Amino acid sequence: MKKVGIPRALLYYYFYPLWREFFTGLGVQVVVSPETNKRIMDAGVKVTLSEVCLPVKIFFGHVIALADDVDYLFVPRIIKVEPRAYICPKFMGLPDMLRARIPDLPHLLETAVDMRKEETDPFRCWENCFQEVGRLITRDKRLVEEATRRAFRAQQNFQRQLAAGLLLPQALEEGNTGEVEVAVVSEQSALRIGLLGHPYNLYDRYISMNLIGKLQDLGVSPVTPESLSVQDIENKVGSLPKRLFWTLGKRMVGAALNFFADTRLDGLIYLSSFGCGPESLVEELVARWAKQQGGLPLMLLTIDEHTGEAGMNTRLEAFTEMIKRRRIK
Amino acid sequence: MKLTYPHMGNLYIVVRALLTSLGLDLVLPPPTSRRTAELGVRYSPEFACFPFKLNLGNYLEAEELGADTILMAGGVGPCRFGYYAQVQREILRDLGVDMEMVVLEPPDVGYRELTDKVRYLVGDCSWWRVVKSIRFAWQKALALDNVERELLYLRPRVLEPNSLEKRYRTAVEEIDAAPDSRAISRAVQEFFKTSRRMPQRQGRFLRVGLVGEIFTVLEPFANYDLERRLGRLGVQVERSIWLSAWINDHLFGGLLRVKGGLKHADRLASPYLNSFVGGHGRETVGGAVACALQDCDGVIQVAPLTCMPEIVAHSVLPSVSRDYGIPTLTLYLDEQSGEAGIQTRLEAFVDLMAARRRKGKGGMLDGSFSGY
Ligand code: SF4
Repeated sequence: MKKVGIPRALLYYYFYPLWREFFTGLGVQVVVSPETNKRIMDAGVKVTLSEVCLPVKIFFGHVIALADDVDYLFVPRIIKVEPRAYICPKFMGLPDMLRARIPDLPHLLETAVDMRKEETDPFRCWENCFQEVGRLITRDKRLVEEATRRAFRAQQNFQRQLAAGLLLPQALEEGNTGEVEVAVVSEQSALRIGLLGHPYNLYDRYISMNLIGKLQDLGVSPVTPESLSVQDIENKVGSLPKRLFWTLGKRMVGAALNFFADTRLDGLIYLSSFGCGPESLVEELVARWAKQQGGLPLMLLTIDEHTGEAGMNTRLEAFTEMIKRRRIK
Repeated sequence: MKLTYPHMGNLYIVVRALLTSLGLDLVLPPPTSRRTAELGVRYSPEFACFPFKLNLGNYLEAEELGADTILMAGGVGPCRFGYYAQVQREILRDLGVDMEMVVLEPPDVGYRELTDKVRYLVGDCSWWRVVKSIRFAWQKALALDNVERELLYLRPRVLEPNSLEKRYRTAVEEIDAAPDSRAISRAVQEFFKTSRRMPQRQGRFLRVGLVGEIFTVLEPFANYDLERRLGRLGVQVERSIWLSAWINDHLFGGLLRVKGGLKHADRLASPYLNSFVGGHGRETVGGAVACALQDCDGVIQVAPLTCMPEIVAHSVLPSVSRDYGIPTLTLYLDEQSGEAGIQTRLEAFVDLMAARRRKGKGGMLDGSFSGY
């Protein structure tokens, strides 16, 4: 059986169920790289420029971890996954950067994903991508269609689970059938902190230094942007004076605006990667609005490969202490 | 309404020609300086790119001189530029600076948006007069590029670069002040005539291609006067981005035939970079290939620190370097780049190019000479 490698990085955190089902539907074995660890990070750091942001460095590390064991690597060139909004220039050049930086890669499945202006069905761009990728793997058109349908169902199910409150890492697990037990966090005294940040930072336990686990240990129940529906997000960003044309940035801003209005929250933490271009502006807007609205305390955490865990712990403790005191008052 | 706009190299002259001939009242910021940078840096997000900070500094300095409205370009591409104005507006508001911002951008919903803004600016001026003003400004853009090209060619050659630069500045001032096209061409001719007569060195000079993000390429303050430094080291700079080509590509849809258009660069960029990546990323790669094809001795890429499209381009440049046997140097710049460090790195790069030239090109090349 042929093997296709999927790096556990970047858009894995958005689209893994979709990709997994598609390839298994084609009768291809899907191999995902292990969770990020020091070896993976170091390998990525070594082959990339120092100016590249940490998530992209880590992506390279995952590619290296897979390269020898698979026949194909799935690294679509993501231009747009929704009409009229981009992700980040780095996603658009990812296959080219890989080729230039890592010798002897397995065959790259790098078909572009480019949602056109007039398209509204969020799966449309994937359908085109899958058709092309499918052709490289099998001649059986029906099989490709069937696999595509299965993939869409899996992705929809994944999104439903998120909307119902399942944390993303659990929702990503295979064999999750859709019966969602809504995470109960109703314990009165628990602090609730809204999290902002790209999923590939928030849910990569190595990158985030297990931010979510640490907060839970501190008695905090974290509220993630994924628990907000696409509609919640769109409603809020729709009121901006200028349309935001970054898919990820839109989610941040939309989540922040929702969180600002959520009276059950005690604070916000914004996790971002050092050197992230779009973030440098989006984060600024969020921080300014937070101040203007005057309500929720906000802490900005910026990480790169040199960030120390001890410093992070101290800041988290200080922040939770501060909002606890605030609440008592 | 007292209108101002940010600096980018000689662009101010072109825009001034356009706006004043439309009858608008302008207050230009003083030339970008240390003070501009300090102001901009103080109030900008730490990780915003350098152009963002310099723009903001320009606005604040213009406001001190009485400007009340900012004219700025925008965009909807994947790079950050398109959201500059929105963030700058918030910053100015929080500072209590009362300036209006008019952002001209490619239409998101329809051309109405754009034409409405232009109308707002120019009042009841006729479209015919608008077209005439555009033509006049375009002539200035061409003239500026011509004298600049000549400057880049002559700088390593003349024995007295100081006096060449003085002549150049005079020519630029004359073009800026020129009331009609006759006066424009007179200024250009005059510069050509006198500068070419200056005593020159003979011989072959090193030629280096300059590519990268447009603002950093065009604004000497942002690139730490890179062209001047290179010229004084005896190097002729072949720039990939020219004001006139840029205007043609972006405003005239590439209709005119001018030297250095972007379309060509895009084609050359594949197979190294097969997609547009926002900003000037693809043009940077294509420009590097073009330099190699024109037999330059090296390529220098300049970009603001954290510029995403340029990081993508930089990532693939080693492949260009390997395939064409041309060394490349990348400089990421912001307010913290030390002048001394830049000078040292340029000198080292020039030495490398000279050594390769002596040994015969293609002879030895140990990969690219990538600074960072
Ligand atoms: S969005 Fe930011 S963190 Fe993500 S890849 Fe782009 S620059 Fe890096």
